[in-house]
Amino acid sequence: MDTKRTTFNNRLLPYLLLAPQLAITLVFFIWPAAQAVKSSFEREDPFGFSTVFVGLTHYRQLFADPNYLDALWRTAVFAVSVTALSMVLGLAFAAAVDRLARSAKIYTTLLVWPYAVAPVVAGVLWWFLFNTSTGLLPFFLERIGIRWDHDLNGTHAMILIIIAAAWKQISYNFLFFLAGLQSVPQSLIEAAAIDGSGPVRRFFTISLPLLSPTTFFLFIINVNYTMFDTFPIVDATTGGGPAQTTTTLVYKVYQDGYVGLNIGSSSAQSVLLMLIVMLLTFVQFRFVERRVQY
Amino acid sequence: MFKKLSMAALAVALSATSSLAATEVTWWHAMGGELGKKLEEIAQKFNESQSDYKVVPVYKGSYPETLTAAIAAFRAGQQPAIVQVFEVGTGTMMAAKGAVYPVYKLMADEGEPFDTKTFLSPVTGYYSDTKGNILSLPFNSSTPIMYYNKDVFKKAGLDPEVAPKTWKEVEEFSRKIVSSGAAKCGLTSAWITWVQTENLSALHDKPFGTLQNGFGGVKSEFTFNGPLQAKHWANLKKWQDEGLFKYGGPVGGDQAATMFYSQECAITMNSSAGRAGVINNAKTFTPGFAPLPYYDDEIKEPKNSIIGGATLWVLNGKEKATYKGVAKFFSYLSKPEVQADWHQFTGYLPITNAAYDLGQKQGYYAKNPGSDIAIKQITRGTPSENSKGVRFGNFTQVRTIVDEEFQALLANKKDAKQALDSAVQRGNALLREFEAANSN
Repeated sequence: MDTKRTTFNNRLLPYLLLAPQLAITLVFFIWPAAQAVKSSFEREDPFGFSTVFVGLTHYRQLFADPNYLDALWRTAVFAVSVTALSMVLGLAFAAAVDRLARSAKIYTTLLVWPYAVAPVVAGVLWWFLFNTSTGLLPFFLERIGIRWDHDLNGTHAMILIIIAAAWKQISYNFLFFLAGLQSVPQSLIEAAAIDGSGPVRRFFTISLPLLSPTTFFLFIINVNYTMFDTFPIVDATTGGGPAQTTTTLVYKVYQDGYVGLNIGSSSAQSVLLMLIVMLLTFVQFRFVERRVQY
Repeated sequence: MFKKLSMAALAVALSATSSLAATEVTWWHAMGGELGKKLEEIAQKFNESQSDYKVVPVYKGSYPETLTAAIAAFRAGQQPAIVQVFEVGTGTMMAAKGAVYPVYKLMADEGEPFDTKTFLSPVTGYYSDTKGNILSLPFNSSTPIMYYNKDVFKKAGLDPEVAPKTWKEVEEFSRKIVSSGAAKCGLTSAWITWVQTENLSALHDKPFGTLQNGFGGVKSEFTFNGPLQAKHWANLKKWQDEGLFKYGGPVGGDQAATMFYSQECAITMNSSAGRAGVINNAKTFTPGFAPLPYYDDEIKEPKNSIIGGATLWVLNGKEKATYKGVAKFFSYLSKPEVQADWHQFTGYLPITNAAYDLGQKQGYYAKNPGSDIAIKQITRGTPSENSKGVRFGNFTQVRTIVDEEFQALLANKKDAKQALDSAVQRGNALLREFEAANSN
């Protein structure tokens, strides 16, 4: 490979240029992460008067706790559902808008709006829509024979947070897919059209394979999004309930650490969550990326 | 232009010096909405009554948020002088001996008069250590009562002036209300944990946990899975299936109030501090107030109910002058007129006997029927070990567990006994965790 290398005469300069970014990473990521790892091995009272090293006790307790294992499984269901739903819909909207000539800009603007909504506001919006006593959707659902009750029905609660979390993420996926679709060479599509393939076939045999780098990128982003950024949505809609049926890993970290003041166990959970995401990202880059056509 | 600017600068400088002269006392609280405004008014009036100290109230969000914020601030050395902590945080605060400046000690050190006997005994009992010393200043204490819709009662052919006294009557009345079509549901309740489990146990003189409901130390265990609690939970489930009872949601059960205001449910049970909200929201119907019901086959004379709400804790690590200000402010807060005003505005209990007497002299209770139900209910009889209150570590989480198990019961995943057994077992694990964290 023939890459151009920039050389610095001053040895200090590259480090100096890197310093701001390194400082930010150190202060906002490495340092808190190290703190979390440290306190995951300790038992401490909330005020921090006495700290005892307890080794792997917190980790052992977590893996013996059926509630934690349930949360792990639940998070997987949640992450897969949200990612699938928001990516499929994002792609569908992008494909639709891509075929529009004049009104494309208006639709793009409208479709991007939900992304500007703060997660907690998105949660509250859907909470209102699905509110069991005053919401609009349960009112209509009751007419078709479904008694919506996410206060008691765990499945309903899970559907609620999946919809709210996916709705917010559709915009993001839509934007990237639209940009991807617009960079598909027009000549390829025209050639296929001349050969007699219809729009649906062209989409699946030409556009979709060429979108694979975008799809791959969005996949990672979406999984990370559901793992971490969905906390406000869960908090604003179900609060992790009923009976923990919507307590995802990140919500449990908050519940145990922030509400329950059990800092040791909460730290152990954050460390595990961090490891899971690192592992997923590694697997994605190592194995999935190979099949991606750049 | 220049003149105006310099005048403004001068004004700023002057106000800065005047506030410098007064010692600031920060007060973190969790009172939003109307309650928050009233609280700020109290601080304001104290500040106007003297010039040495300035109490600065800061709203920190919900009760758990306020507690966590105070703990985080303490660890960072940025703690407020006063923090309002809800009753379930009491166990946590009492265990944190190095962080807390006990109120009885503060008042003695600062030479402020402070007589435990002037306070309502159920309130002080809840917040005293085993030697009877008050560790935090009772500020807003409440107890659950029953609210009912007189118009719906009339529509259902019931006497609107007669509230159900026993659970049996609650059941009968609810059935009548639903079958007559007067309302869609008979009964709902806020706070399944506090009202339908903790207070239920206290009213019937049944233990909630060992070692005097946890007052005796951190080695206590939960015992709220007895026959009474199981019977009551099973009844609630039965009534839900029959359409008589509707669940109001976990924690405070916000939906309960909504369903009561919209006349969907005819009866609700909630904190006495919900009184102002009920009066404001019951625009189209007349609300009635009554004591909590009981099982007359379990107990002839129900015991006193237990309290909720919050107290003011003083945190260590401030200047001596600040504590002088805190002590002065606490004396001000305990004044009968201040207390009576707060109590009558909010529906919280009057903390001192003097405030209650003042209300009687003013004719407040005669003019506002039902406003003294909470006081009468909490002061009736002699409190037993089981009705003195509950005090456990990690109790916020335990309440979450109780909520979860109740939901599992309503969702047909467990029966009442199984749900309570599981709540006790999971709760005990948290108690052992708390014991371990606070004994090393």
